[in-house]
Amino acid sequence: MDGLSPAPFDIAAIRADFPILASEYRGKKLVFLDSGASAQKPRQVIQAMVTCMESAYANVHRGAYHLSEQATADYEAARAAVARFINAPSEADIIFTANSTMAMNLVAHSFGRGMLKPGQAVIASEMEHHANLVPWQMLRDAHGTELRICRITDAGELDLGHLAELLADGRAGLVAITHMSNVLGTVTPAAQIARMAHEAGAKVLFDGSQAAVHRRVDVQAIDADFYAFTGHKLYGPTGIGVLYAKADLQRAMPPFLGGGDMIASVGLHHSTWAEPPAKFEAGTPAIIEAIGLHAAIRYVEAIGMAAIEAHERALVDHAMAVLPGIEGLRILGAAQDRGGVFAFALDNAHSHDLSTLLDRAGIAVRAGRHCAEPLHERLGAESGTCRASFGLYTTAAEIDYLAEALVSARRFFA
Amino acid sequence: MFDDLRDLYQEVILDHGRKPRNFRRLENATHHARGDNPLCGDKMDLWLAFNEDGSIADAAFQGRGCAISMASASLMTETVRGKTPAQAKAMGAGFRELAMTGHCPACDAALEEDMERLTPLSGVHEFPSRVKCATLAWHTLNNALDDPGGKEASSE
Repeated sequence: MDGLSPAPFDIAAIRADFPILASEYRGKKLVFLDSGASAQKPRQVIQAMVTCMESAYANVHRGAYHLSEQATADYEAARAAVARFINAPSEADIIFTANSTMAMNLVAHSFGRGMLKPGQAVIASEMEHHANLVPWQMLRDAHGTELRICRITDAGELDLGHLAELLADGRAGLVAITHMSNVLGTVTPAAQIARMAHEAGAKVLFDGSQAAVHRRVDVQAIDADFYAFTGHKLYGPTGIGVLYAKADLQRAMPPFLGGGDMIASVGLHHSTWAEPPAKFEAGTPAIIEAIGLHAAIRYVEAIGMAAIEAHERALVDHAMAVLPGIEGLRILGAAQDRGGVFAFALDNAHSHDLSTLLDRAGIAVRAGRHCAEPLHERLGAESGTCRASFGLYTTAAEIDYLAEALVSARRFFA
Repeated sequence: MFDDLRDLYQEVILDHGRKPRNFRRLENATHHARGDNPLCGDKMDLWLAFNEDGSIADAAFQGRGCAISMASASLMTETVRGKTPAQAKAMGAGFRELAMTGHCPACDAALEEDMERLTPLSGVHEFPSRVKCATLAWHTLNNALDDPGGKEASSE
């Protein structure tokens, strides 16, 4: 313990670490239920970034002076921390990106165009975030790969029978699936999906944007070839994301963006590439943000991912005990294994009207289709839903308050 | 819990939101446009039919959206009837100002009475993320007038 970290799951102490949670708007205390879009930041993260800028900042991998060497060491220490966080075999397997979206686009470009052949297929699912769907559409249009969509069940779980059918002809080169739905909260059986993909000769990419925040992720245990997540949902800053990619794939894949830092030597007409992961990190990276992400990982690890998961499971159980009893409220999805994300709709209020009301009660939820338009069509919720998503600072009392507000809102529109 | 939101959701808005007027397909329409707010999934089809003197004989719409967007479209179809395209566009410009600022000093006095009917929607100016809900119908109207063939309007 470094003295800055809270004792294991002391919710009051945890909430005190997040300055914004003490804020009020129009006399209402903030009830922040939009952590799935972006989480709030503890002062440990804020302070680490300030300290970097005040005392240890310079560009990395270049200067032969002490500040640059310090910044380089701090930046690379963040990479090592990420590797430990998801149990990657080596820190060299960690590529820093701007966010999950960029991580998926890196795979679509470097692996998709570089290693998949036209006519091979990419399999995504009906419940993907647009970030894990649109890059595969673009790859199809530019490169001639096929895009296959795996169905979900009415409960909002991946239809594994359909996945097996889509894999059966052996033409799939990549299975790109969420590890946890940003709308339904469904946690997918990653190890099983990877096994199915590998048996059919395909690689597997998991979009871990939500999962990495709520569960202990072990990329070796699930045997992921690629695993993407983002810092800002993990209580870290914006502008820093992670792509884990197996070492042999990183060696085989061509670079993504070209520029400084990703080269071994440059001539006017030809260049050679740096060793991975530098090969995939062109230009000055997000140094301060990487240090912020490191602080965020230290923060959640001090609490313990198991303790965070247990807290969130208790919140999900509480929400499932309280919310379904509200008249006129529909909750999307009923997966057996679900994390702290709930999309819901009131029968007499549009999602935007509802979120305006909830905002007035101090409750921040997301309204709309949460970057998952096809999923809302699939579940007959074209008009959108509101989504409450929990963080490690969320309390059962906040869920009760949401429930009370929903009852009042339904009365308001009656 | 939400009494102070009655300024935004006045009874006339809730009423038009629940039971939008002229919510139908217009069979004899000569002009059509589709409005779309990709952020929230609001969609509407707007149809217009004209009198021989060039004024709007009938306006009708179908679609889905929040109470604000449905009420705005409903009130619009009622107020543009009998107006020339130029008058309807002037009302749209005035309405957009009303939605963004809460008042419309530039509104033409000749249209004052019609604009009055739209003022219950002025409350949206306090909710920046909701202004586009109120203006979608009027963007769609502009498109229908400019391009009778039915190009897609966006609230963006």
